[in-house]
Amino acid sequence: MSTQIAAPRVPARGSPSGSRLGSLASYVALTLGTLVVIFPFLWMIATSFKLPQDLYSLRLIPETATLGNYAEIFEKAPFFSWIGNTVLLALITVTTVIVFDTMVGYVLAKFSFVGKSVIFLLIISTLMVPTEMLIIPWYLIATELGWSDTYWGVLFPGIITAFGIFLMRQFMESLPSELLDAARIDGLNEWGIMARIAIPLVKPAIAALTILTFISSWNQFTWPLIVLQTEERFTIPVGILYFSSELKDSASWILIMTGATVSILPLIALFLVFQKQIIRGIALSGMK
Amino acid sequence: MIAQAIRLTARKSRELLGFRLSYRTQRYLFIYLVLAFPLLYFLGTRLLPILYAFNVSVREWDLLSQEKPYVGFANFTALFEDEVFRKSIVNTLIYVLVGVPGQLAVGLAVALLLHNVRRFRGLFRTIYFIPYVTSAVAVSWVFRWILMRNGWLNETLLGLGLEPQLFLQSPRQAIYLVILTIIWQSIGFQMLVFLTGLEGVPRMYYDAAAIDGAGPWRRFRHVTLPLLNPVIVFSVVIGAISYLQTFGQVLSMTNGEPLNSTRTIVLHVYALAFQRFQMGSAAAATVILFVMILALTLLQFKLVRRKVEY
Repeated sequence: MSTQIAAPRVPARGSPSGSRLGSLASYVALTLGTLVVIFPFLWMIATSFKLPQDLYSLRLIPETATLGNYAEIFEKAPFFSWIGNTVLLALITVTTVIVFDTMVGYVLAKFSFVGKSVIFLLIISTLMVPTEMLIIPWYLIATELGWSDTYWGVLFPGIITAFGIFLMRQFMESLPSELLDAARIDGLNEWGIMARIAIPLVKPAIAALTILTFISSWNQFTWPLIVLQTEERFTIPVGILYFSSELKDSASWILIMTGATVSILPLIALFLVFQKQIIRGIALSGMK
Repeated sequence: MIAQAIRLTARKSRELLGFRLSYRTQRYLFIYLVLAFPLLYFLGTRLLPILYAFNVSVREWDLLSQEKPYVGFANFTALFEDEVFRKSIVNTLIYVLVGVPGQLAVGLAVALLLHNVRRFRGLFRTIYFIPYVTSAVAVSWVFRWILMRNGWLNETLLGLGLEPQLFLQSPRQAIYLVILTIIWQSIGFQMLVFLTGLEGVPRMYYDAAAIDGAGPWRRFRHVTLPLLNPVIVFSVVIGAISYLQTFGQVLSMTNGEPLNSTRTIVLHVYALAFQRFQMGSAAAATVILFVMILALTLLQFKLVRRKVEY
């Protein structure tokens, strides 16, 4: 950003490290890196369109492409249910996370009260606890309460997130307190101030948290793997592992890559649409 | 204007009549109503389960038997006597010690290159970020397919007249290939963290160094690197914590094989708890992991505090 602003003033030197040659070398290196980043996806997609006899052909664009593999995986495994489950669980998680994390973030940023710093520290310290340590107790609790192998069982550990509270608090802190006080003088009650003044002002943050939560929920793996047992209730990542591990002969690589494409492409599309929000959210959470 | 003035005086007079206390009450009611459920939630799904995990770790907790007798530190001693668990600790340290520097180096390199160019910066940033949003399990299977015996990489090596490799079947190569897969997936995140850090470095520092006759390497060594230090410390700790918990990629790519050479602590926990149903030993292993992560976090606090004086 700063380079772009400074550029008109120092037209000869666009970049911090100088020369035109260096900049050319940077483009070459970045382009090579792009190939490394993109190639696995291209190879995955290419494989998903192949006929079994072309499995070992190294062509990126298959001589004869087929959509049959997509039909086949939807026939062989409940991919529709898996996608439906993943979307449903992600949407519910996003809703509860946004509602609770926004409110808690707001209160922790804009009010002073007894025990505030203790509460904040308590919530943030849960970020240090490895999920694996919680998974065994969660599993025992879920089994005891009959939550195992249910949607609620998958959902319950993630309905409020410490990460989201932290993120929302960062954003909420920048709200001018004078604005909130003015609304108080105007007689708006605290719920009204939060709903009508504070929340509309942090819409970009809410957008960022929404999309980050959706992605992490979609890709969540370890806990659903443990809590779910019925094939129809699986989420996409658990389904992919199950589906891929079941297939044994080498031709099934085509089907595995088809499944991987189905699970990866929607998220890449989502990212391309919402990349501004995603990048802002990560940059903000990473830096403060 | 007038209406507003009237409203304001009405409010003032209500306040004077003693509504101030009820306003304070309303405020506190609001705060505690908002916080009540989330606090209970974190208590119930985080703090109590941690205590529960400690409790399970000192018992012989077989899922299939009713009795869960207290056994003290027996689970821990048994773990440390288990050759496979010791191997998985050593492996986990390899994941951290190779993965974290690797990820930082690649991320920093990409960030510096991006910082060096003006056109297409946004496009490159988008592309490099894509792997980060994709499912680790699906990506693992893609790499497994590329790296398999007659997969793309071996066929290409053959085509170039080179020796095909065992890759994931080799006890020497497999762990580094799993690490490379994880690094590949996290380049985007690491790049973004460094890029944000670099954008915070004022241009005049570079200009001043350039006027003093410092070349690109010296400017990097003496301006960029010291100013990025807080970002580096942050990245090392976040990275180490995440590499300590390596699981999904290993389960999908090698399941800990060959000869346990890629097995991690978390994979061991998974096998103990959900394949052998020995919850006691599994919980003990998670406690060991917890202690490792705690030590790292405390180390970070120490390093960051020392940094402030810079």
